[in-house]
Amino acid sequence: MSQSMQPKAESPHIVGYATFVRVWIALVVLTGLLVGLSVTHRPNLALLGLLVITPTKASLVLFFFMHLKYESTALKYMVTAAIAVLIIFIGLTFSDYLFR
Amino acid sequence: MSVPSEPQTVEHIGEDRDYVGAKLGMWIFVFTELILFGGLFVAYGMYRSMHAHDFHKASGELNITIGVINTLVLLTSSLTMVLSIVAIRLQRKRQSMAFLACTMLLGMVFLVNKIFEWSAKIHHGIYPGSEHLMARPPGERLFFGLYFGMTGLHGLHVTIGVGVMSVMLVFLARDKIRHNDFIKLENTGLYWHLVDVIWIFLLPLFYLAA
Repeated sequence: MSQSMQPKAESPHIVGYATFVRVWIALVVLTGLLVGLSVTHRPNLALLGLLVITPTKASLVLFFFMHLKYESTALKYMVTAAIAVLIIFIGLTFSDYLFR
Repeated sequence: MSVPSEPQTVEHIGEDRDYVGAKLGMWIFVFTELILFGGLFVAYGMYRSMHAHDFHKASGELNITIGVINTLVLLTSSLTMVLSIVAIRLQRKRQSMAFLACTMLLGMVFLVNKIFEWSAKIHHGIYPGSEHLMARPPGERLFFGLYFGMTGLHGLHVTIGVGVMSVMLVFLARDKIRHNDFIKLENTGLYWHLVDVIWIFLLPLFYLAA
């Protein structure tokens, strides 16, 4: 019975400290870049920051800190579906507003 | 991995744990949180497209420095959280507790910064329903309403996270979380990283929108 509480063979292997420190450095650098773009007072660059850098940062947290990279395919599909639902909600609301 | 060597006392008999199920349950909770905040982000997006100028102007009044400092604080706390999980899996209990305590401390630093930030705004007469705010254009009222609402809801999540972590610290100390049974800590981590992800989106939308 106590076997069932053991992480299964397919469950995540231990990722070392170094990987996470590297991810953290990447997150800090991206934050710096995001702030840098926003103070240039060029709306296009700031928008690029919002639409590209921010989702990249969120993905880094999701894939490494939240361990998604090492999870089963089923869980990956579930997360994709949840995010897809959110994007559909956002898309439908905005299309309603824009083409009203 | 070998069967744990600790004695199988009476309280352990009949105890069964489902690692995959426990984690799946936490992820489903994370999805509900995504939808909760997602709705608020949609509201923000809509009102911003209706009142672009007011949002732009109101956002300029927020303190970018405090926003960026709090971002770095939360990102670092996410790192110490994940390191705490790695440490316990490597059977380094004291290290794991130290990392978790760091995470809690950083969570509290975030909240203290938030208190200073909010106090400054309230001191200037900017809070939901204030006379000063009601006299301003509707877009600015909406911006600050969303600002207080969304960062407030996020702050509530940070507070709950710190509370949950204090329980996990006790669990670690009492060996209720061990190298072969760490799902409670892992799920706490999932929650904390979610709080971090939400802040990652709040930063550009509120502080950098000007």
